[in-house]
Amino acid sequence: MIEIGLGHYLSLASIIFVIGIIGIFLNRKNVIIILMSIELILLAVNINLVSFSIYLQNLVGQVFTMFVLTVAAAEAAVGLAIIVIYYKNRGSINVEHISSLKG
Amino acid sequence: MLAHSLFFYFFSTIAVFSAVMVIVSRNTVYSVFFLILVFVSVSILFIMIGAEFLGMIMLIIYVGAVAILFLFVVMMLNVTKQATKHSSRKGFINNVSVGLVVGAIIFLELLVVVGGWKYKGNFVPLSETYLNLDLSNTHALGNVLYTDYIHLFQIVGIILLVAMIGSISLTFSRRENIKKQNYFDQIEREKDSAISLVEVESGKGVKIDD
Repeated sequence: MIEIGLGHYLSLASIIFVIGIIGIFLNRKNVIIILMSIELILLAVNINLVSFSIYLQNLVGQVFTMFVLTVAAAEAAVGLAIIVIYYKNRGSINVEHISSLKG
Repeated sequence: MLAHSLFFYFFSTIAVFSAVMVIVSRNTVYSVFFLILVFVSVSILFIMIGAEFLGMIMLIIYVGAVAILFLFVVMMLNVTKQATKHSSRKGFINNVSVGLVVGAIIFLELLVVVGGWKYKGNFVPLSETYLNLDLSNTHALGNVLYTDYIHLFQIVGIILLVAMIGSISLTFSRRENIKKQNYFDQIEREKDSAISLVEVESGKGVKIDD
């Protein structure tokens, strides 16, 4: 309990991951919260990579964390651009109204 | 060691609480602020664990760029008004069950992974890039990133370029009925098309046909 080891960080990462997953299902108001949930999931992945990198004394995990970080930033930029043009076309970003594809 | 565990529990509690607040908050602006709080606490955890370069980079990229981008989009789209207008608790209640079931299943899977950790084999080192404790974290990361992983680094740069071009071309809108300077028309204009010399007889005017 006092000794903080790998398991604590992995537990934190799994809790944040599950919160992100629940956030995707929970939220039906706007798409921006869903994008934020995806950011939370990627953050949990980053915590996993960094804690394993420190635990195994291997630097590759931190290198890959940088790549995940970059891809997350790119994904946020493109996703928000898509949201902006969707709002321009339809005047709403309510998830329940995005049903043109009938998916 | 006690201080370390106290700090860990403090910041991880803040991170988990803010992550919950991100997804349950009614106002989108509050969600962005709680997202910033999650990123700050996790980057502090990274710095505590010894990955100080990544902690700082996370502050710069996530808090300084991504969260601000979210904030700008939230302000541009005026979604806070929408959220309060469309907020129906019915959809929320319907989706809570599905979300909790999926979340519970994934959490159980993660528990199974942690349980199976006991029966792991020996670690196979994938590469020889071990932490050199003499160097600082930033120095060691730079040594690896610009030598062994230079191609991945450049591919990541291409990804950023593609994302930039994509988001610009998605949101770019050509505006009609706006007066703009046309350089080629200006340069192509010559004396013949601009000036015409006419002989004027005295006593008569000049008829300009246009």
